[in-house]
Amino acid sequence: MSNLILKDHIVADDWTLVQLPKVEQEVRMQAGKVVMFKLTGENTTSVEQIVNTVIPSTGKVIVPLSVYLARKSELTSRLANKELGIWLATHEVLEHLTAIEADLNVLPLIGVHVERFADGRIFSIGNLLRTRYGYKNTLRAFGDVLRDQLFFLKRSGFDSYLIRADRSAEEALQSLKDFTQPYQGAVDNTQPVWRRVNRSA
Amino acid sequence: MYKYDEIDQQIVNERVAQYRDQVRRYLAKELSEDEFRPLRLQNGLYIQRHAPMLRIAVPYGMLSSKQLRKLGDISKRYDRGYGHFSTRQNLQLNWPKLEDTPDILAELATVEMHAIQTSGNCIRNITTDQFAGIAPDEVIDPRAMAEVMRQWSTFHPEFALLPRKFKIAVSGTKHDRAIVQAHDIGMEFYLDDNDKVAIKVWVGGGLGRTPILGSVIREHLEWQHALTYCEAIIRVYNLHGRRDNMYKARIKILVKALGIDEFRNQVEAEWLHLKDSPNTITEAELARVAKHFEAMPYETLPAYDLSFDAAIASNPAFAAWAKRSLHAHKTLGYRAVTLSLKPHGKAPGDATSEQMLVVADLADAYSFGELRVSHEQNLILADVKLSDIYAVWEKARANGLATPNIGLLTDIICCPGGDFCSLANAKSIPIAEAIQMQFDNLDYLHDIGDIELNISGCMNACGHHHVGHIGILGVDKDGSEWYQVTIGGKQGNDASIGAVIGPSFAAEEMPGVIQRLIDVYIQERTPEERFIDTVRRLGIAPFKAHVYADKNLSREVKNEAAHV
Ligand code: HEM
Ligand code: SF4
Repeated sequence: MSNLILKDHIVADDWTLVQLPKVEQEVRMQAGKVVMFKLTGENTTSVEQIVNTVIPSTGKVIVPLSVYLARKSELTSRLANKELGIWLATHEVLEHLTAIEADLNVLPLIGVHVERFADGRIFSIGNLLRTRYGYKNTLRAFGDVLRDQLFFLKRSGFDSYLIRADRSAEEALQSLKDFTQPYQGAVDNTQPVWRRVNRSA
Repeated sequence: MYKYDEIDQQIVNERVAQYRDQVRRYLAKELSEDEFRPLRLQNGLYIQRHAPMLRIAVPYGMLSSKQLRKLGDISKRYDRGYGHFSTRQNLQLNWPKLEDTPDILAELATVEMHAIQTSGNCIRNITTDQFAGIAPDEVIDPRAMAEVMRQWSTFHPEFALLPRKFKIAVSGTKHDRAIVQAHDIGMEFYLDDNDKVAIKVWVGGGLGRTPILGSVIREHLEWQHALTYCEAIIRVYNLHGRRDNMYKARIKILVKALGIDEFRNQVEAEWLHLKDSPNTITEAELARVAKHFEAMPYETLPAYDLSFDAAIASNPAFAAWAKRSLHAHKTLGYRAVTLSLKPHGKAPGDATSEQMLVVADLADAYSFGELRVSHEQNLILADVKLSDIYAVWEKARANGLATPNIGLLTDIICCPGGDFCSLANAKSIPIAEAIQMQFDNLDYLHDIGDIELNISGCMNACGHHHVGHIGILGVDKDGSEWYQVTIGGKQGNDASIGAVIGPSFAAEEMPGVIQRLIDVYIQERTPEERFIDTVRRLGIAPFKAHVYADKNLSREVKNEAAHV
């Protein structure tokens, strides 16, 4: 049984997730986007990892952002065939992608990997992809994704959720309906409640 | 005060259902301890030394008598007959059973209350001045905006899992009583040159391990943009705040690392995109909410009341209490009354179920059925007629709520400390009690005058010790409990962080240490000086000299070494 939710249904996953090969040697810490600061302790990917990443030659694949950035030229036909998605981790810099891809909508799917439940950067990333960069296709959350994030993910612009393998996607679906009339405007419904309904009555 | 409509009620009801299911899944072992943690925390449930602790939200400190009765009732039926009012104007229950918490929340929902976002790494209860709406020095009543912000921050999807907790305080007075500079975001409302409501925004303040006062990020923000501007600030923080080390995860660390100018640039760049988006507050919405905070139906009264003046003249005990416990009111003939939750020798901020019922009755009889919780952990009847004050005092006194020590040395702000809190280095409540007993003489207390003493059981600073005129911090040395003393801290517009006077003390030394600090003050003060003024004028040296006068050096050296 698939654990993938798309909109509000459980669907089969016809995408193959491409992972970076694991590295043995010590990894460098990344100084992230805010160069003057931000040592968040996340790993960067090495050139070797990128080169050694195996991309299946057929079918729909979701490749790591770093691989796409470095190996874009060998992926153009896949992209043209709409069988290429990319994924990034929550500490990666979205602007690296938007810098080389003026229109993100050439990608049928963008995935965001959240390593730990408590990492709320995924919400801002979803929001930015939808509102700042105009991304309209499938936005998938995967990793430590449990039902209790779902409502927030949906409101932050995600429309697809790969529920962690040991949990039931069926049950998780319930959470999409946790709140009927949330207060604030967000990605899924930009209007705050006071613009949505007449509260003075 | 604010009354729920169906939308507010539905959200709270849906939350109860959601939480009930989370607890069910946890008890059924479908959720691991680690997975349940952030969920229960978002709902104010801590697991502490003895039992879970449930923190109930009292938005910006406002309560109705009906709500307080319900709290009294809940603390009796589900707890041990008392609750603890906290420095964040909330109520904590120390002994509820985990299995009962969904029912407690369901009961709270019936009186428009909840525990949403009272802990966890999200936007917490928004706090303000306990005299909002009635203070003579108030320029703008901040409560309507606080309510608008409460609603906006409730289940804000983008900010549900921040690097660390996030606290916002708002104030609308010339003399800040909400400590806006010690919050992640502080908003000071004022009227600008065009007589329009504007906001001065502070960011990156906080106490805890690294006490820092906030920096001004914007001098002038039109009120309509309060929410979108906060979104810009919090988005920058959410994306770039540290998540690798929880002690460096507050926004203050990010602001400090980037510098306020760079941080401001990033926020302003972000805000360009958010400004004027639909979360921009409309006149209509503000007006809808503000209707709930309109002035009470006050009577037209003279400035003086004969019966009140007579009681003051003839009853010294009443006069002593009145001197400390009454506060100026915008409306002639009215006063705000503080009911002390600091009787000598009891845990500061605790109220029994019976006391809650008594205060609810008092509010109904004399103060339009409303009351407030102050961050000094007392209860306040905001709108009492002068002619009713004597009756309020009699009933309060009969119920242990009229210790005439408001603003005095024994009006101690104190965290739960080692008796209840698993993070504590040391106990704090027994220290407060010992100090209260040392100074259990009202004439003397009144002579010492205005002073603030704050105690925290560890560097998380729940008792705000950094901004106490005298601050006491529990420290752990070789497994035993010690206390470090600071002086010269202050909240308000001229806020400052206290300076450590020297090596720390054992518990039994503490009353004597405070005594010596007071002795120096009494000896050195000019007639109009408060303790804090004398400390500011003289610096810490004379205080330090007297406190450590007869301590031998070897002991000091040993302690200092243990500090490192
Ligand atoms: C007994 C359970 C409690 C626990 C486990 C607890 C835990 C903590 C922790 C870990 C912090 C530091 C957070 C940080 O700086 O990032 C903190 C801060 C704080 N706590 Fe508590 N606390 C408890 C009770 C209370 C109570 C009863 C009050 C009110 C009397 C309170 C008021 C505060 C305040 C005002 C701060 C903020 C200090 C700041 O601005 O940094 N806490 N608490
Ligand atoms: S200051 Fe420390 S001891 Fe006191 S309540 Fe907070 S965490 Fe606990």
